[in-house]
Amino acid sequence: MRIGIVCPYSWDVPGGVQFHIRDLAEHLIRLGHEVSVLAPADDETPLPPYVVSAGRAVPVPYNGSVARLNFGFLSASRVRRWLHDGTFDVIHIHEPASPSLGLLTCWAAQGPIVATFHTSNPRSRAMIAAYPILQPALEKISARIAVSEYARRTLVEHLGGDAVVIPNGVDVDFFARAEPKAEWQSAAARAASDGSGTGDGRDDTGTIGFIGRIDEPRKGLPVLMQALPRILAERPGTRLLVAGRGDEEEAVESLPAEMRERVEFLGMVSDEDKARLLRSVDVYVAPNTGGESFGIILVEAMSAGAPVLASDLDAFAQVLDQGAAGDLFANEDADALADAAIRLLGDPERRAGLRERGSAHVRRFDWSTVGADILAVYETVTDGAASVAADERVGLRARLGLAKS
Amino acid sequence: MTSTLIWIAVVLFAIGLYLSWTAGRLDRLHARIDAARAALDAQLLRRASVAQELATSSILDPAASIVLYEAAHAARQAAEDQREVAESELSQALRAVFAEQEVLELVQEASGGDEAAGELAQAVRRVPMARRFHNDAVRAARALRRHRTVRWFRLAGHAPFPLAVEMDDEPPAVLADRAGGPGTTRA
Repeated sequence: MRIGIVCPYSWDVPGGVQFHIRDLAEHLIRLGHEVSVLAPADDETPLPPYVVSAGRAVPVPYNGSVARLNFGFLSASRVRRWLHDGTFDVIHIHEPASPSLGLLTCWAAQGPIVATFHTSNPRSRAMIAAYPILQPALEKISARIAVSEYARRTLVEHLGGDAVVIPNGVDVDFFARAEPKAEWQSAAARAASDGSGTGDGRDDTGTIGFIGRIDEPRKGLPVLMQALPRILAERPGTRLLVAGRGDEEEAVESLPAEMRERVEFLGMVSDEDKARLLRSVDVYVAPNTGGESFGIILVEAMSAGAPVLASDLDAFAQVLDQGAAGDLFANEDADALADAAIRLLGDPERRAGLRERGSAHVRRFDWSTVGADILAVYETVTDGAASVAADERVGLRARLGLAKS
Repeated sequence: MTSTLIWIAVVLFAIGLYLSWTAGRLDRLHARIDAARAALDAQLLRRASVAQELATSSILDPAASIVLYEAAHAARQAAEDQREVAESELSQALRAVFAEQEVLELVQEASGGDEAAGELAQAVRRVPMARRFHNDAVRAARALRRHRTVRWFRLAGHAPFPLAVEMDDEPPAVLADRAGGPGTTRA
């Protein structure tokens, strides 16, 4: 099958949607499909062979933060050329409602179009205002995919219609096979993985992991920082490992000086180190306060066998099987977080149980399953439909039968 | 005087352009419904065929075989207005027959049964998918057809008002489990 995938966000900037598209494209290529990804990218950035640049993305304020988007005549003509050269059987647009390549492609293409809605912003006034403009473009989409039941619900509320739910994919084995790193483990975990017994008997050690942008309050690090003094009072040997970009000084400002040394900042980590970190920690904490439609990091943590403690956002509760595959605490409640973390750190059996259930639960998010579902969508929409082509707009003359044939 | 005429011509041309564009939108939506309907029919037929194949394979016990055969046969033979009911009954029959994991294992162990089970799992998963895509197209077309421009200028022509397909297409739990996730639970 010849598949065209459209990425709305800059390929140079790491982000959830970009990683999802990269993994999907590589998975489909491994299965023997021909895949081309159209993405905004700087001309200097080295791109994988399957990515076609749609030109530089322009940073514009959109939806509360600065997004790098593509629009204008130049991008539109690149989209048309890509469609024309690609002769795809199906195109898969990500985030078709954001004012970027996805929307441009919707305008320019006809034929089987699949679209994945990653985020849905509740009650966006811009969306309501743009509805009459969006609707003709979104009408062309033959199949909509939402990444979670929560995303589907908001999609149905805002745009009407329906979507199938296919979660984001994770390479489960990549995380499951990662080697734990001794310096990121607690003494007890290190001893257990060495096989040299159950540690030195001291039971107040433990490592907590956090991965995410430090300076983005939505990711919830401030909540974790508020909870930390109580956790440390109960279990003084606890260490917090933080991986992610942002101002480290500012992040620990709220902590008493003597507690700051219990927090270690690892900065930006590679994919390998991320997997090793998740393999090493005793508890992975996701204190995100909102704006999540899926929660890929929870799936990665479960794949690596880390017991997960997450805020009870709709999307998180779903990924964690309503609390069966990971513990939940009341969102933005630092005390609830501290209680839950103390309980988990002090209960090795509970952690082992979560590990086991998490590892079993996470199989449904593996690319082998998710990829098969996405391919099933492609096959369903290409059944009995012509292939993708540039939308040659039929002019008024042609429609009135006046054009010379 | 001339300028007024020119203005009237410009406005008429703009209205014509808009109507033409809207008719194009509607035309494309109708084509999308047709394609989605064809895809749904293909999936339903595939499901009924595999079910019938399993029913006549003598892998299942006689009672289950008869139930499944009856339902699959009825689904394939149903007249257009009975189709949704017959297909819903096939869904129920499949859920009844594949109520337990053991039945699936029994089928998988038989020679060639693994393939048939895989095909059935694929079909029961794709029917709801295809139906959702179809009904999504129907909703979009209905929304546009209710628009006053479309009604006043009769842009839809003689095309019948599109109808959604309503049926029970819940797959048997043991067959859906592979791809089942938190997302597939019904709200």
